[in-house]
Parts: sequence; C-alpha cells; structure tokens
Amino acid sequence: MAHQSLVLTMMKNDKGGTTLLSILLALIIIIPGLNLFVATDSIFHVSTYTLTLLGKYLCFALLAIALDLVWGYCGILSLGHGAFFALGGYAMGMYLMRQIGDRGVYGNPELPDFMVFLNWSELPWYWQGFDMFWFAMLMVVLVPGLLAFVFGWLAFRSRVTGVYLSIMTQALTYALLLAFFRNEMGFGGNNGLTDFKDILGFNLQAGSTRAVIFIASAVALALGYLLSRYIVTSKLGRVVIAVRDSEDRARFIGYKVESFKLWVFVVSAILAGIAGALYVPQVGIINPGEFSPLNSIELVVWVAVGGRATLYGAALGAVAVNYGKTYFTAVLPELWLFALGALFIVVTVFMPKGLVGLWQQFRKKQAKTSTPETSPDSARDSSRATNSIQQGDD
Amino acid sequence: MRELDRLRNVMRRDKVFDFVQEKRLPFSAGRHSVMPGELDISHGTILYVENISVSFDGFKALNDLTLYINDGELRCIIGPNGAGKTTMMDVITGKTRPDSGVAYFGQTMDLTRMSEYEIAHAGIGRKFQKPTIFPFHTIFENLELAMAADKQVWPTLFAKLNGEQRDRIDDVMEIIGLKDQRDHEATSLSHGQKQWLEIGMLLMQNPRLLLVDEPVAGMTHQEMDKTAELLKRLAGDHSVVVVEHDMDFVRSIAETVTVLHEGSVLAEGTMSEMQTDPRVKEVYLGE
Repeated sequence: MAHQSLVLTMMKNDKGGTTLLSILLALIIIIPGLNLFVATDSIFHVSTYTLTLLGKYLCFALLAIALDLVWGYCGILSLGHGAFFALGGYAMGMYLMRQIGDRGVYGNPELPDFMVFLNWSELPWYWQGFDMFWFAMLMVVLVPGLLAFVFGWLAFRSRVTGVYLSIMTQALTYALLLAFFRNEMGFGGNNGLTDFKDILGFNLQAGSTRAVIFIASAVALALGYLLSRYIVTSKLGRVVIAVRDSEDRARFIGYKVESFKLWVFVVSAILAGIAGALYVPQVGIINPGEFSPLNSIELVVWVAVGGRATLYGAALGAVAVNYGKTYFTAVLPELWLFALGALFIVVTVFMPKGLVGLWQQFRKKQAKTSTPETSPDSARDSSRATNSIQQGDD
Repeated sequence: MRELDRLRNVMRRDKVFDFVQEKRLPFSAGRHSVMPGELDISHGTILYVENISVSFDGFKALNDLTLYINDGELRCIIGPNGAGKTTMMDVITGKTRPDSGVAYFGQTMDLTRMSEYEIAHAGIGRKFQKPTIFPFHTIFENLELAMAADKQVWPTLFAKLNGEQRDRIDDVMEIIGLKDQRDHEATSLSHGQKQWLEIGMLLMQNPRLLLVDEPVAGMTHQEMDKTAELLKRLAGDHSVVVVEHDMDFVRSIAETVTVLHEGSVLAEGTMSEMQTDPRVKEVYLGE
C-alpha cells in the first residue's frame, strides 16, 4: 500500500510518464491477446513478427531512458552506451547457449557449437554457471554495472568531462567490439551467439513464449521508467541536474561530484544491460555488431529526437526513430543512413529539446493566444502536462 | 590540570602540525579536546594562510602570501588585476594546490590536503566572481541543494525536507529578499538577484567563513547598498572575506582592508590608511 501511494505521488505531476505507463499497460493486455487469441486471417490479428518488433522497440526505449538518465540529467554524453546493452545481451545469450545442450550441430552436451568447432575441450571458467538462469540474470546486472563502475571511477575521479569523456566511451565500445570479434575470447567471435532453442524450458519460437517476453519487456520498461523517475525527482536527481548545469558550484557547496556521476552512470549501465538481456531472446542472436560505435551514436539520436531530460521523451524518440528505421530500410534501404544523419542535424539545429520540446512550444503559443495573462510558471506546468497528448498520438 | 590546560592554550599554535597533534590527542582526551575534523578557533583566528606560493607556467600568481583572518571579521581584499585574489580563493577552497606554504582553517584543518567538498563541509563557502547558481532549479531548490545536510549519494537519494529545514530555507529567502520568486527558475533572476541567491546558498551551508568574489560587479547603486547591508549583517556570526574592485563599495563596508600586489600582501589596515599609503597609491595609480 505504501509502495502504491509512492508511485501515485510520483506520477501526480507527470502526465507524459502516466501516458507512457498507460500505453504500456494497454500494450501488455492487447498485443499478446491479439497475437494469441485472434484468428490469423482476422484483420485484428497481430503477427508474431509485429509482436517481436514491438518488443524490440520496448527494449530500445528502456535503453534510451538509461542514456537519458546520464546524458539528459547528468550531462554525461556517453557514446558507448551500446556496450552495456550488448554486455547484458551477451550474458543472456550465454544462458541461452547453455540451454541448447546436446541439440547443437555437434551434439556436445556441455560445449556450445563454436567451442567444439575451435577444438576446445572444456568450458572456459567464465562460462561456468551460465546454465543457471538466476546466475545469468545476476550477470546481466553485474557485468555492465561493474564495467561502468570501473570506467566511471577512473574517468570521473580524473575529472574527464565533455567531449573527451565521450570519445573515451566511444573507444570503450570499439575496444569491446574488437575484443568480441576474436574467436579466442570465447564468445563466438564474428558470429556471436545464436541458434537459441529455449528459455527456462519454454520453446523460444513458440508464440506464447514470445508473448511472455514481450510482456516482460513492457514491464521492465515500466519499472525502469518508474525507477528513473524516482531518481530524477529525488534530491539526488536535483543534485545530478545541478552537476550538469554547474559542476563547480555543486562541488563547492559540498557535493562529491564524482560519486554522483558514478552512481548515475552505473545505474544507467545496469538499465542498459537489462534492456540488452530482453532484446536478445527476441531477435535470437547477439554478435559483436551490437558493440558497434554506430549503434551507440544512433542511441544518442533517439534521445535527442525524443527530447533530453524528459525520460518519456527518450522512450518516444527510440520508438519513433526505430519505426522510421524499420519503414525506411524496407522501402528505401539506401536512404536510411542519410535520413538518420539529416534527422540528427535537424534536431540539433531546430529542435534542441526534441519532439517533447516542440510540443511544449506549440502548447505555449496556443496558451499565449488564448489566455495572455498566464504566468510563466503555470505555462511551464501546462506545457509539461500536455505532453501526454502527443504521446497518445504516437 | 588547570596549569596544563593553560599551558596548552598558550601552545595551541603547535596544533597546526598534524604529527604533533596525533601524539597529543590521548592527553587532551578530557577537557579542551580537539576533534581532528572540528573547527578549532580558540585563538580567534579562523584562517591562516602562510607563505603560500603558486605559479602557473613560470608566472607567479601567489608569491609568499601570508594572511590571517580573524573569527567574525569582515575583511576586504583589494588589488589590481592579476594580483592573485582569485588564485588565493582557489587555494583556500582546494581548487588549486599551492607549490609551497600552508593554509589552515582554524588550528587543525590543513586546507592544502582537503578536497573541495571536504572544505565545503568543514565550513568554508565560496561565491564565484560570475554568479554561479543552478539556472534550471527554482530559488527554493537552489537553496535546498546548498543546505547543510548529509551530502553523500544514498542519503541524498532518500532525503526528505522536514519542517525545520523548510523554515530555514524560508528564512534565507527572506534575508536575500527573494521570497516572492520562490518557485521561479533561477535563470529568470536579474544579475543582482543571482548574486544574492548565491550568497543565500552560501548561508544555507552554515559556513564559518564566507569567501565572496566581486559581489557587486554589474550591480546598480541600489543593489550595491543592499549587498553591503547583507554582508555587514553576515559578519560577526560568520567571517567574511570580500574581494572587490569597486572602491566605493569597499569603503562602505570595510573594517580592515588588505591590498594584494603581485601575489603578496602589500599593505593592510583601515581604508583611510590604505588610501594615504604611498605604496598603495603607486600600485593603483602608477605614481
């Protein structure tokens, strides 16, 4: 009961977030239902392809919220957040690999196919334990979290900021990309991990399993949003914004700035890892391509398009850009990258606050023409409130 | 015992050296004991800056600077551009480490070995030359963030304001005259109001020593008078060090003035003494 009231008070002034959560709730109920219980030839039927696609979008939305937390609120532009996503994905992939058992091409009950192919005789130490679901899930959280902790501790303590930090995060993900490409690393090299059979004993290809993973993604996104929202509305959230806006001031009023940055960075990396772990069973593969710097940069574009420091805007941006990507790569595949580049330029030049900011501006203009005596504060609140409508349209 | 205490009081200055203090702690465990992290101003001097030198790429920003600030004092520091005023503040607040020399806060705290946030917690507040506030927080939030509290990560995450703290914030808003703008974003304030907000933020920290860098730069005369009043009111409960260019303003508030020149103290005394001092005239007027 106390928990519920906490959520309610938190969402009271957050129409955008409330709409996001309502949409998620609706998706959880409607989409799997339309997929499983409506006849295939009905126009209301949602294909498993669409279900999986939407599930992917939800994972991307969670990833975008994770980045928004560090970039939008703390001002740390991470160009390597895809790395945490991919690490979470790999941890899940390792579990799924172990679940294949002796159903692989080589029929080895212990070793995944690629290890047999490399003539390895036993499982490397770092693959131990991944046959247990709980252990794999622990690693989904721990590995990205630990990497973020070590990287962040070194970087923030040395007061590396701005573009230098961005370049370092980019180098981080690129280094991981190269490392995971190597067969000797024991993560399947170029091909990555694939041919998954089942998860917790349920067939991954089955529609019902897909539906459950879809629901899990939606729930994870909702919880991820609530956690992030709790963080940004807490005093810690205000400190983090303060660090973004005036790091020295924050330091001289007594905050150990690097600890706050590190904390947010680690939380964000963990959220990204969870998003990756949910993503992998839906797409059925994880390979080093996920570490590609381009992915991380695309992620930044999602957040920029949606609107920084809004959380729900980041989720909106992720879905909007990825829908565009799905559409364009099907219709005009050669134009997608140009479209993405153009989008980024347009957003940075003309809409610094993204779609959410555009909507707020529009509302402000409307409010001005109808009621000229609105105080700046109430305008701010009403523009905040009306974001929900935009969310609904999407 | 009384004799020993008296003797110790006479000898207090030696507490500046940590190694001496470590050994003495067991003896002084009774009365007059001094916690290592606690401000000890039993000698009436709150800040010791002794023989500090700082150079950047060969340029000596501070050159053997020695300066003492008394508890509750309002001190103005003036000096031409490049005299080292801001560098001195950087050293005191831990932003810049000196090449040589010592800086002590009270008898026990070695500022040259503390980090910025530790110094802030110890009780030194700093106002920057350019008003530095959190533009996208409201006035209330700015003050809330500055408020003395447990400023570690986890306690901050779960921190909730209690009534007493709200009252304190309201009090400070009253003092700096920004009560009506309580829920406005700080970015909407005028230049002078931003300066006051920053001073208000310092007050929320409950500091013992306020370092105020050019508080009236870009202010109208009215605002200046108000600022002077504010700073005078703060002195006594707090020690205030004001670095300022504006001579009229300094004259209106100063008890003691220290003139810096080329990184060291040129002269010290009352404002009228300084105005007649030939060396000061030379530095300022190039005579």
